[in-house]
Amino acid sequence: MTAVSANRRWRYLPQYLAIAPFFVLFAIFGVYPVVYSLWLSFQRWNGVSEMKFVGLENFRFLLTDTAFWDSIGNTLIIWVMSTIPMLVLSMLVALGLNSSVRHKGFLRVAYFLPNVTSIVAMSLVFGSFFSSEFGVLNWFLGLLGVDPVQWLTDPWAIRVAISLMIIWRWTGYNAIILLAGLQALPQDVYEAAKLDGAGPVQTFFRVTLPLLRPVLLFSVVMSAIGGLQIFTESQILLGDRGGPEGAGMTMVLYFYNTAFADNDFGYGAAIAWGIFVVVVLFSILNWRLVQRPARGNGGDR
Amino acid sequence: MTRTSPGTLLTYGALVVGALITLFPYYQLAVMASNTTADIYSSPPRFWFGGHLFENIGEVFAKVDFFGSVLNTLVVAIATTLLVLFFDSLAAFTFAKYDFPGSNVLFGLLLATFVVPTQLAAIPQFDLMAKFGLVGSLNALIIPAAANAFGIFWMRQYARGAIADELLEAARVDGAGFFRTYLSVGLPVLRPALAFLGIFTFVNAWNDYLWPLVVLIDSNHTTLQVALSQLNGLYVQDYAVVMAGTLVAIVPLVIVFLIGARHFIRNIAAGAVKG
Repeated sequence: MTAVSANRRWRYLPQYLAIAPFFVLFAIFGVYPVVYSLWLSFQRWNGVSEMKFVGLENFRFLLTDTAFWDSIGNTLIIWVMSTIPMLVLSMLVALGLNSSVRHKGFLRVAYFLPNVTSIVAMSLVFGSFFSSEFGVLNWFLGLLGVDPVQWLTDPWAIRVAISLMIIWRWTGYNAIILLAGLQALPQDVYEAAKLDGAGPVQTFFRVTLPLLRPVLLFSVVMSAIGGLQIFTESQILLGDRGGPEGAGMTMVLYFYNTAFADNDFGYGAAIAWGIFVVVVLFSILNWRLVQRPARGNGGDR
Repeated sequence: MTRTSPGTLLTYGALVVGALITLFPYYQLAVMASNTTADIYSSPPRFWFGGHLFENIGEVFAKVDFFGSVLNTLVVAIATTLLVLFFDSLAAFTFAKYDFPGSNVLFGLLLATFVVPTQLAAIPQFDLMAKFGLVGSLNALIIPAAANAFGIFWMRQYARGAIADELLEAARVDGAGFFRTYLSVGLPVLRPALAFLGIFTFVNAWNDYLWPLVVLIDSNHTTLQVALSQLNGLYVQDYAVVMAGTLVAIVPLVIVFLIGARHFIRNIAAGAVKG
């Protein structure tokens, strides 16, 4: 009897050992740090001297910290300014690649390449493009008769500059995703639309777009997850303080600054929890916004 | 038979223009890296290669320990990739093909770990590394990244369909144990999935910036991304040199990516549409 149960107990040992590495690493570098960061958010600590318990002081300060609220605002502004044009461009590229053009393989790789290229490296390259006097961008605008833009000093131009870099990086990625969605659509509905005499534009808005909804949802959700984490573009282009008037100060850059430039670990932990709350709220909002029209469409049909 | 319509030609033209705009920063990077700083800071801007590429690259290696950074990045990216491929494929194979007490709960737990945001863990992780004496060490980058939920989840999806139960049964009849079965049945079938996850992990490890910036503080060991950032801070005046360093930092990765690009892009697309 004991032999059997002992046998049974050890029977799956290889399987448990096989999955153990991930869970061990996650316990050490995931669970423990999250719990510990909650504890830290009630302390004042610079990482060296003794910790001091301050209760809810950090969170009270967080709620009135205009720098934190501004960083949320900047992040959301940059997210909107980058995501909307990016999705439109991705859709156009995907539609183009879904037609009978040549060299699709090459085009796909060309559009995708920015997504795997180091953000640090490309931020340095774009930094030169944004130079107000010698930059390629102002030179080009000059050809069109537009006055030079102060890309790295004007608060709104800064946000546009960061958004342009995000658009450059993510358009190809999302085009590939949308293209896969387009290719998975059933062909018979298109024949039906053709028989009904629908033109290409009408077909796109009435047939393609509604059918593509789940894939679009994926793109929006992924861009929201990534967009709220924007850090490197700002830090390389504008430095730790996010440039003039902190226009490029994103939530994660503010966190990095507080925790690792100013060594304010207690308040840094509180900011991290603040960001977590923003991410959760934003995800819920995103989800509901995308869910509601879906239900409406279903009712119409 | 296939006559190209004007519409298709127009689409093709637009796509090519879009691709050229997308690739322009790479071209311009090579242009800047091969000119002198004085040439770069001229109006109108230079759009053609100069003859100073090797001179600029030489400056980069003379000014900062760029060679060391390249080596460090290679070590981190290769070690992380090998560990992830081994641990993730082993766990994915197990979750996909074996039913053991608690397997569903544990897999659910694994999925739940996706919601933990990285910055929530960052400060305590830094503190942990300090306690382990790993601040400034490459191990601080490799160890936490050695296995991840994404890879296990993604590879399990693949393994469920790809590994036939008959093969496992045949291996059992032959007297192969669990690990032997993983090696001789699981791994060969998982090869395409390993190729994708390998490139994905390598690219991410190569490009990682925030965590190396935090944990390699005050050290002689930096990765390429941190070295680039430092190069930019120290030699802002010498833009051609910064661009030469940037070029060196992205070329190996672009090559790795181009080798597996078609396969990689197909997998990215398939993952999104299925998920």
